[in-house]
Amino acid sequence: MADVNRGNRPLSPHLSIYRMPLNGIMSITHRITGVGMSITAMLIVWWFLAAATSEEYFATANWVMTSWIGDIIMFVSLLAIWYHFCSGVRHLVWDTGSGLGQRRVKRSGIAALITAAVLSLITIILA
Amino acid sequence: MPFKTDHSRVHGLGAAKTGTTHFWEQRLSAIALVVLTPLFIFPFAYNLGSGYEEVRAAYSHPVNAIIAIAFILTAILHLFQGLQVVIEDYAHGRTELVLMITIRLLCSLFALTGVFAILKIAFTA
Repeated sequence: MADVNRGNRPLSPHLSIYRMPLNGIMSITHRITGVGMSITAMLIVWWFLAAATSEEYFATANWVMTSWIGDIIMFVSLLAIWYHFCSGVRHLVWDTGSGLGQRRVKRSGIAALITAAVLSLITIILA
Repeated sequence: MPFKTDHSRVHGLGAAKTGTTHFWEQRLSAIALVVLTPLFIFPFAYNLGSGYEEVRAAYSHPVNAIIAIAFILTAILHLFQGLQVVIEDYAHGRTELVLMITIRLLCSLFALTGVFAILKIAFTA
C-alpha cells in the first residue's frame, strides 16, 4: 500500500449507519465488560478488607453489597464475568489460529452467549 | 517517502518497544483466569450474604484463601493489562500518560489491599 492519496480516501464503513455484525457487538461488549468490572474488583477487595477489619465494618460493607443496588451491581457483574470468560476463551482459541472461518465465528459466538447465560444461572442457583 | 510502503518504512527497525511481550503476558494471565475464575466465583457467591463469622471461617481455610489470593492477584494483573490496551487505543498525549500512571497505582493498591485482607482473615479467624 503506497502513500498515494493517503488520508484523502472515502472511509468505509460509516460506523453510524453500519449494522454491526454479532461479532462486532460481542467484541465491544468484551471491552465494556472488562473495563466495567474494575468497579466490581474494587467492591470485592473492599468487602474482604471489611471482613479483615471488624464486625461493624463488615456489617457496613456487607449491607452495601447485599442492598438492592449491591444486588444489581453483583448480578450485572456476574453476567459480565461469565460473558467475558466465554468470550475470552473464544479469543484464546482464535489466537491459536483456528475457528476463524465465518460460519465457525458465528456459531462460537452464539455458543459463548448461551454458555455465559447457563453459567450465570448455575451460579445463582448454587449461591 | 510518499512512495514507500508501510512495510518498507519499518523493515529492519526491530520491535518498537517490547514486541509481543505485553500480548503474551495478557494471554498467560487469561489462561490462569480460565482455571481460577470458577474456583473463586462459586465459593464467593455462596459466601456473599452470610454473616461475619461464616465469611471469616470460609476464607481462613487454606484452599479458599490461596485461591482467593491467586484470583485477586491474577484478575487485577489482567485488568491492568486490559485497561492499558484500552487506554492506548483511545487516549493520547498527556491524558494517556496520566491515565497510565493512575491505573498502575490504583491496581497496585487494590491488589495489595486484597492480598493483605485475605492473609489477615486467614491468620486471625
